[in-house]
Amino acid sequence: MIVEKSETLPVRVSEDVVRVRQLVRVHAVKAGFSLVDQTKIVTAASEIARNTIDYGGGGEARIESVTLGIRKGVRLTFSDKGPGIEDIERALRDGYTTGGGLGLGLSGAKRLSNEFDIQSAPGQGTTVSLARWK
Amino acid sequence: MDQIPILKIGDCLLVSIQVDMHDRLALQLQDDLTNKIVTSRARGVMIDISALEIVDSFIGRMLNNIAAMSKVLDAVTVVVGMRPAVAITLVELGLALTGVRTALNVDKGLELIRHLIDDEQDPDDRREE
Repeated sequence: MIVEKSETLPVRVSEDVVRVRQLVRVHAVKAGFSLVDQTKIVTAASEIARNTIDYGGGGEARIESVTLGIRKGVRLTFSDKGPGIEDIERALRDGYTTGGGLGLGLSGAKRLSNEFDIQSAPGQGTTVSLARWK
Repeated sequence: MDQIPILKIGDCLLVSIQVDMHDRLALQLQDDLTNKIVTSRARGVMIDISALEIVDSFIGRMLNNIAAMSKVLDAVTVVVGMRPAVAITLVELGLALTGVRTALNVDKGLELIRHLIDDEQDPDDRREE
């Protein structure tokens, strides 16, 4: 996979989530995504960025335009140094939440992505990466 | 600070969300709208989301909450103008928006609100449908 362009944004306050959404949109448009695919990855980005703030205590988002052969895609990596996730499998279940939300953030974002990965351990922070291809 | 305007038309409140809302703004709208339903004695609330490029779980929850709160306050809420790409994404996200009535556009939304209010005022109407 070749990274054509990489940008990093802070994810600390709720306005940052809006900025992440807007930058992800720019990358998705440039990769030639359809409107539906743009909407899907921007929505996934919004969910994970919010988790980075609410559960990770803030962190950063790396937004990358990538190519794999002739395929174009957008890869997102959200990392925080928060408390980490104890049970990743459970966190990925629909409706499971330790906050006050609907418990759809992680599971929903996973469904909206082509690739999805979580690295986390208690006390080690959390890194969520996801990608969507044209 | 930004604020989303709430317009009063007859016994209805109209909100058109024209900005990419951050979460605090969404919560503020929820509070403002709930207060306005009481102070204006509105019977219907229409929320136009035709300018929204995404509806994620947070905004979805806000729409659900507004619908639930207005119901408790004897008003009906109709969400209008959802973009097709937003609808497709919302379903895949797993958000059903149960409890939220929707209409394709503002015209149909007003029609639906009138219908819902009339239905409540005269239960006999329902039997004729």
